[in-house]
Amino acid sequence: MTTVTDAVTEAPATTVPEPVRRRSPYPYWFILPGGVIFTVFFLVPSVMAFWFSLTRWTLFDQEFIGLDNYVQFFREPALASGLWHTLIYAVVTSGLKVVLGMALAVLLTGPILGRGFMRSVAFFPVLVSTIGVGLTFQILMHPTRGVINQALDLAGITGPAWLADPDWALLSVAFVDVWQGVGLALVIYMAGILSIPGEYFEAATMDGAGAWHRFRNITLPLARPATVSVILLSLIGGLRKFDLIWAMTKGGPGFTSDVMASVIYKQYQAGFYGLSTAGNVVLFLLVILIALPLFWFFNRKEDA
Amino acid sequence: MRLGAAVLLAGVLSLSACSAGSLGSSDDAAGGKTQITFLTNNDPANVKVAEAVIAAFEAKNADVDVKLDTRPQGSEGDNLVKTRLSTGDMADVFEYNSGSLLQAIAPSANLTPVTGEAWAGDLDDTFKKVVSSGAEVYGSPWQTISGGGILYNKPLYAKLGLQPPKTWADFMTNNSRIKAAGTAPVAQTYSETWTSQILVLADFHNVSAADPGFADKYTNNQAKYATTPAALAGFQHLEELKKAGYWNDDYASAKYNEGLAAVADGTAAHYPMITFAVTAIETAAPGKTNDVGFFALPGTDASKNGVTLWEPSGLYIPKSTTGDKLTAAKKFQAFLATPDGCAAEASATSLGGPFAVKTCKLPDDVATAVKDLSVYVDAGAASPALEFLSPIKGPALEQITVEVGSGIRPAADGAKLYDEDVKKQAQQLGLQGW
Repeated sequence: MTTVTDAVTEAPATTVPEPVRRRSPYPYWFILPGGVIFTVFFLVPSVMAFWFSLTRWTLFDQEFIGLDNYVQFFREPALASGLWHTLIYAVVTSGLKVVLGMALAVLLTGPILGRGFMRSVAFFPVLVSTIGVGLTFQILMHPTRGVINQALDLAGITGPAWLADPDWALLSVAFVDVWQGVGLALVIYMAGILSIPGEYFEAATMDGAGAWHRFRNITLPLARPATVSVILLSLIGGLRKFDLIWAMTKGGPGFTSDVMASVIYKQYQAGFYGLSTAGNVVLFLLVILIALPLFWFFNRKEDA
Repeated sequence: MRLGAAVLLAGVLSLSACSAGSLGSSDDAAGGKTQITFLTNNDPANVKVAEAVIAAFEAKNADVDVKLDTRPQGSEGDNLVKTRLSTGDMADVFEYNSGSLLQAIAPSANLTPVTGEAWAGDLDDTFKKVVSSGAEVYGSPWQTISGGGILYNKPLYAKLGLQPPKTWADFMTNNSRIKAAGTAPVAQTYSETWTSQILVLADFHNVSAADPGFADKYTNNQAKYATTPAALAGFQHLEELKKAGYWNDDYASAKYNEGLAAVADGTAAHYPMITFAVTAIETAAPGKTNDVGFFALPGTDASKNGVTLWEPSGLYIPKSTTGDKLTAAKKFQAFLATPDGCAAEASATSLGGPFAVKTCKLPDDVATAVKDLSVYVDAGAASPALEFLSPIKGPALEQITVEVGSGIRPAADGAKLYDEDVKKQAQQLGLQGW
C-alpha cells in the first residue's frame, strides 16, 4: 500500500521540478466505465433533483416556479414539529445506542458462557427486515391486546398506549429503533474494545485500579474512535429514519410522530413531486449541516 | 473451453429468441383473439368483481381475451398509475378514481375520449360530470354509487326504542341514551386514518344545503372551512363527540374492520362510514350485514336532511392503446355501462349502493343499509361529496381529523390548518387566484 503511493508520488517528482497533482495510476479508458455509471446513475439524477425542486412537477408536465417550493415547504405546518421530532428521535436513538452498545460490548467481550452465541443473538435484530420489525412491534405494543402491556398488567403496572398515545408514539418508535440497531453499535464497540492491548488492563490492575477505574480510564478513552463512529452513524441514520416510523405509526396519531422523512414522503403521496424533491434537498442539507461539524469536531479532538 | 462456452451461449440465445417468438405468434394464432389487459386495484373484494365481470364479458365476446392486472390501493396505486401513464406503459384499459383525482392524471393529454359512444347517454348525470374534463367524457362506471353517513345497529335501536335522527341535536340525545345503556355510542378507528374523515366529508350535503354556492367559492379561494359555520360544523362534531366521551375505548388503535364488526354486532351503536363498507361487513361480522342500517349525517335543519354521495371510480382507456386493442378495450369499457355488466358486478359482491347507469336496477336482495340509502337517492335528497365538485382536497385531512377526534387539537384550529392544506393543494395544482 505505502510502496505503491510512494512510487507514484515520487516518480513524477524527479522529472517535473514544481510540486504536481497526484496522478491517477490508471489510464482514462480504465476509469471510464466507473465514470459512466457514476454520471448516469448518480451525477445526472442529483443535478436533476435540484432542478425538479425548482418546478411544479406532476410527472406529466413541469413548470419552473423558482424557489416557491422551498417557501412552501418551510411554511408546511407539520414541518416545524417534524424537524423537532427528527432531532429528538436522532438524539434519543443515538444516545441510547452509545450507552447500551458500550454496556453490551463490555459484557460480551468479557469471559462469559456461550459468548459467540450471545454475540449473534444481540446482532440478530439488525438482520431482520425493518418493516417486519415495525409491524411486529405494532402488534406487541397494542394498548390492550399487546404482549407488552399484558405483561406489565401482570406486574400491576398500567402501560401507556405506546403508539396510540401522542406523548409516547415517537419515543415508542425510538425504543424499537434502538432494539433493532444496537447490534451494529455493539459490533463497532467490540472491535474497539478488543483492539485495546491487554497489557494496559494488567498494568492498571497491578497499580490497584478497580473495575470502574479501568473502564473509565482505559476502555472509555481508548474506545473513542468507536464512540465517534457509533454516534455519527446512528445520528445520520436517525435523522433520515423513515421505514420504521412509517411501518409503525405513519407519523401519527395526527402529526405527533412525523419526522422530516415522513413529511417529505407525504408530499410524494399527495402527488407534489416538486415540493417533495425540495424537501429532500432540505433534508440533505440538514444532515450535512449537523453531521459535518460533528465529524470535524470529533476528528480534531482525536488528532490533538 | 472459452470458444465452447461462447458457442453454447450463442446457441442458447438464439434458441430462447426463437422460442419466445414462436410462443408469441402461437398465442396470437390460438383462436385469433385480441388480448387486452385490465388494471384495477388489488382489494380482494374488488378483484372478485373484476374476475366476474371479465368472465361475463368474455362469454359475450369470444374474440377478446381480457387479462387482469392489479395495483396497490391508495396513494401508492395513484403514483403507479401516474408513472405508467407518463411513460406510455399503461394497461389497455384501467380503473381509476373519478372527480378531483381524475383531473390530476390530465385526462385530455392521456385518455381516449368516449363522448360519442352510445352508452354515454345511459350514464347518471352526476357520474357523467365526474368522469368528464372540459366537454369530453372519459369513463364508464366501475361498481356503484355510495353514500356517506352513519351506519347504525338496528337491533340496538329497536331495543332502546330509538329513531334514526334527522338533526344533530337528536343524534346527541340518542347518543346519551345509548351511553346510559352501557354501549359505546360512536365507533372510531384511528389506526386506519382515512376512516376519521367521514364526519367532515359526509357532512357536505349539510354544507351545500346551508350554502349552495360553497363548492365554487371554495374552489375560487373565496370560502374557507374555518370561517363558514356550516363547514366548520364537521370539525366541531368530532370535537363534541370526543369531549362527551362517546367514542369506543380503543378508538386510537382500532382498525376499520373492527369498527364494522362493532356496529354490526352492537358493541357500538354508530359508525360514521361510506356504504361501500357493506361489502366488508360480511367478512368482519358474518351473518350480521342486515343488522346494520344507514342514515345521512344529521345537520341543523330536519327539512333539509339528505345524504352525501361518493361516485364510482371510472374505467378509462389510455391514448397508448391503439388498433385492435383499442376496439376490444372500448367494448370492455362499454360493457360496464350495460345491465349485463351491472349484473356481473352484482353477482360477485354485495352492492354498496345504486348503479350510476340508468338502465341498471338494484336487485331486491341488497343489504339493509343500501336500501336505506336508496330512499334518500330516490327522494332526491342527495349531493355529491365536495371532492367530486372541486379539484381541491387537502391531503392532510385524515391526520387533522385524527387530531381533532383525539382531543390533540381544537376544532377551530383543525379547520384553520385544513384551510392551509387546501391552499397548498390549490397552489400545487396551479389554480388561478391562490
